[in-house]
Amino acid sequence: MTMPQGQTSVLLGGYGLRKSYGPVEVLHGIDFEIRAGEVHALLGENGAGKSTLVKILSGLVAPSAGRITLDGDQTSFASVADAEDAGVVLIHQEFNLAELRSVEENIFLGREWRKGLLLDKAAMRAEARRLLDQLKCPAAATAQVAGLPVADKQMVEIAKAMSRKARVLFLDEPTAVLTKAETASLFLLVKQLKAEGVGIVFISHKLDEVAEIADRITVLRDGTHVTSTPAAGVTPEEMARLMVGRELSDFYPEKPDPSADILLDVENLSAPGVQRASFDLRRGEVLGFAGLQGAGRTALMEAIIGLHPVEEGSVRLNGAAQAFDSVAQSKAARVAYLTKDRKGKGLLLGNDLVWNFSLFALDKFATPFLNRKAERAAFDAGTQAVDLRAASPKLNAGSLSGGNQQKLLLAKILEADPQVIIIDEPTRGIDVGAKAQIYGFIADLAAEGRGVIVLSSELPEIIGLSHRVFVMHDGAVTGCLSDADINEETIMHYASGLGPARAA
Amino acid sequence: MSETTIQETKRGPLSGLDWKLFGPIAALVLLLIIGSLLNENFLSAANLLNILTRSAFIGIIAIGATFVISSGGIDLSVGSMAAFTAGVMIMLMNWMMGVTDMIWLIVVLGVVAGALIGTAAGWLNGILITRGGIEAFIVTLGTMGIYRSLVTYLADGGTLSLDRDVRALYRPVYYGDVFGLPIPVLLLALAAIAGWIVLNNTAFGRHVQSVGANEDVARYSAINTDRIKVYAFMIQGACVALATIVYVPRLGSASATTGVLWELEAIAAVIIGGTLLKGGYGRIGGTIAGALILTLIGNILNLTDLISNYLNGAVQGVIIIAAVFLQRGLGQKS
Repeated sequence: MTMPQGQTSVLLGGYGLRKSYGPVEVLHGIDFEIRAGEVHALLGENGAGKSTLVKILSGLVAPSAGRITLDGDQTSFASVADAEDAGVVLIHQEFNLAELRSVEENIFLGREWRKGLLLDKAAMRAEARRLLDQLKCPAAATAQVAGLPVADKQMVEIAKAMSRKARVLFLDEPTAVLTKAETASLFLLVKQLKAEGVGIVFISHKLDEVAEIADRITVLRDGTHVTSTPAAGVTPEEMARLMVGRELSDFYPEKPDPSADILLDVENLSAPGVQRASFDLRRGEVLGFAGLQGAGRTALMEAIIGLHPVEEGSVRLNGAAQAFDSVAQSKAARVAYLTKDRKGKGLLLGNDLVWNFSLFALDKFATPFLNRKAERAAFDAGTQAVDLRAASPKLNAGSLSGGNQQKLLLAKILEADPQVIIIDEPTRGIDVGAKAQIYGFIADLAAEGRGVIVLSSELPEIIGLSHRVFVMHDGAVTGCLSDADINEETIMHYASGLGPARAA
Repeated sequence: MSETTIQETKRGPLSGLDWKLFGPIAALVLLLIIGSLLNENFLSAANLLNILTRSAFIGIIAIGATFVISSGGIDLSVGSMAAFTAGVMIMLMNWMMGVTDMIWLIVVLGVVAGALIGTAAGWLNGILITRGGIEAFIVTLGTMGIYRSLVTYLADGGTLSLDRDVRALYRPVYYGDVFGLPIPVLLLALAAIAGWIVLNNTAFGRHVQSVGANEDVARYSAINTDRIKVYAFMIQGACVALATIVYVPRLGSASATTGVLWELEAIAAVIIGGTLLKGGYGRIGGTIAGALILTLIGNILNLTDLISNYLNGAVQGVIIIAAVFLQRGLGQKS
């Protein structure tokens, strides 16, 4: 492989790495090298072996075969702590922070500095401040982590890694929970670390971001190594093709015209985090909701379905005024919401697939005793409709890939036959193949005459799916865009509270 | 599309069994074998019925505790709730002796009052937890102290005794039998069957366990989580009432020491039975097995000189810790 920046040294290398779980090999001899001062993107669909490879290289699991080198010398990591001592740090997608403790306590967690028998709090605080300043993180060293915005929590994770003198940093889906602005500042930080000689492995499903930040890419498919190549000149479409192994045509489905009937009409609705928001949804329409993190999109939808109290304003469904006090009431009126927090609020990860599937519409199967046969038949039909293929309905929901979890959540909600479906971040953390399928389902649901509202931080998704786009900023709806106005620039202007693009 | 394939590991002949389900039953069978080896009278019908009868109070209360614990709660107040309920029932029935001659009516009203008091006490626990937003542990720790001191106050530090005539009529509820089956055992069986059906075969039972598994997911799934929790505590209260109704004719009295430590025995029975203390997973059959195991240990120690009877609590403690240890170990491997 040629190197654009000459022969920089290989910091961490894995060669011929294999991993078997029982009789099944999931990683079939992968080579992977991380050089000093490069951003190396690791691409692949869910199940391609990315996370297994990362786990091996960060000391979380041991390979079944193959060797690992650090600075050219053969090594092996007995544990994560072992790898971290060698400067190899993995930052998980779900942060590993003690939420109730302060920023500085988290940074030094498990490696507290001591002065004699006591903690050297002053020195730790000074060092924490230095690290946070260096990262340009606005959070105070004494702030409680639970109260920080998600972007700051990520900074704390990175500060924690830097305090461990990280030389190789694995970032697993770091931008999945970040807004565009937060992503931009993360990328600045990545460039800074790179300049300091840190090797960064960047794992993401957002291919445009990969194209922007990566120096090299490695693509895995089905546990095998497809290619490693300089990132320059590889377009996101080519990356997707390499990952899937086929062309992805018609990524976004057709948009059949919606009817003129107003299905849902929300006027001047105020709720915690929402100020006088108005919008309307037509039958057969896909409505996009764009905005920065914390703009109030989720708060608005959760207020509509009865999770939070509505302070003022009206909600009309098919012309009739509604005030939902609970999710049970909105469900009865056939209005349903899919949370963006699949793992925390959407699915019972420790329960089986059937249990999860029927939970939302359980009354259907209770007469008054549960009819398991009917439940199982509905499960088979419902999961087939969303192309959820699982080895057994007895599996726990937590064992499914992100894409399959999202399909399960969709099937669960659809079992209640909603006429209004609100989907928050429909494709967060799921692979390209499943993404295209979810887009297809959204278009189909609208074509069936339902109304679909899509909340997303990914603008291409909003633009590709929606008939109209409402943009929110600071709790208020700042714009309603249609036709040619639906473009990234205009949306971002409204989302930043700047008003129409022309006026900016 | 890549599919997440979950591979099943090689299975031994026993690995098809659900150990959370069969573990307590296996332990029960083991104890029966040990008991029969130690004493030839152990497996006699009289001794077995004695064991079942002695298990009835804790067993019935533990059925309610299975609902509370699988909904993610805990109820520490059941022992003093039972004492308080028993005390009020006895005072009420004694007082009615001066009002009417119909003793059967007095017993019926006493039983109805017991059922109402227990259920209301459970409701109060549930309301304080959901409306007040206070942890179940703290609320029931508080009500535990309140009921305990109320019964001490009502008995003026001594013992409340049931009128002799009332007790004579009420006596068969504990000492009587139906076709040879003692009434407490019959009631335990009926409560267990009802509890099993409700927990496993109704939407409510599914909701209880879902609230315990993840309250947020339950709320987003259109479940009224507060109502479910209150109902679980009301079921607990009703079970305490049923146990008390069977208990009162046994001694015909209530005092400050009535029902002491019943809450811990009930919780122990639930945990030995395979229900998770953190909620989300309840097993009525396991709970009954757990209650029987606790009684069996005492019975076996009584029948043999191998270990002092004074060590009953120690043996129970070891069994509880071992049961949870085994469940955790098996749970992590699967």
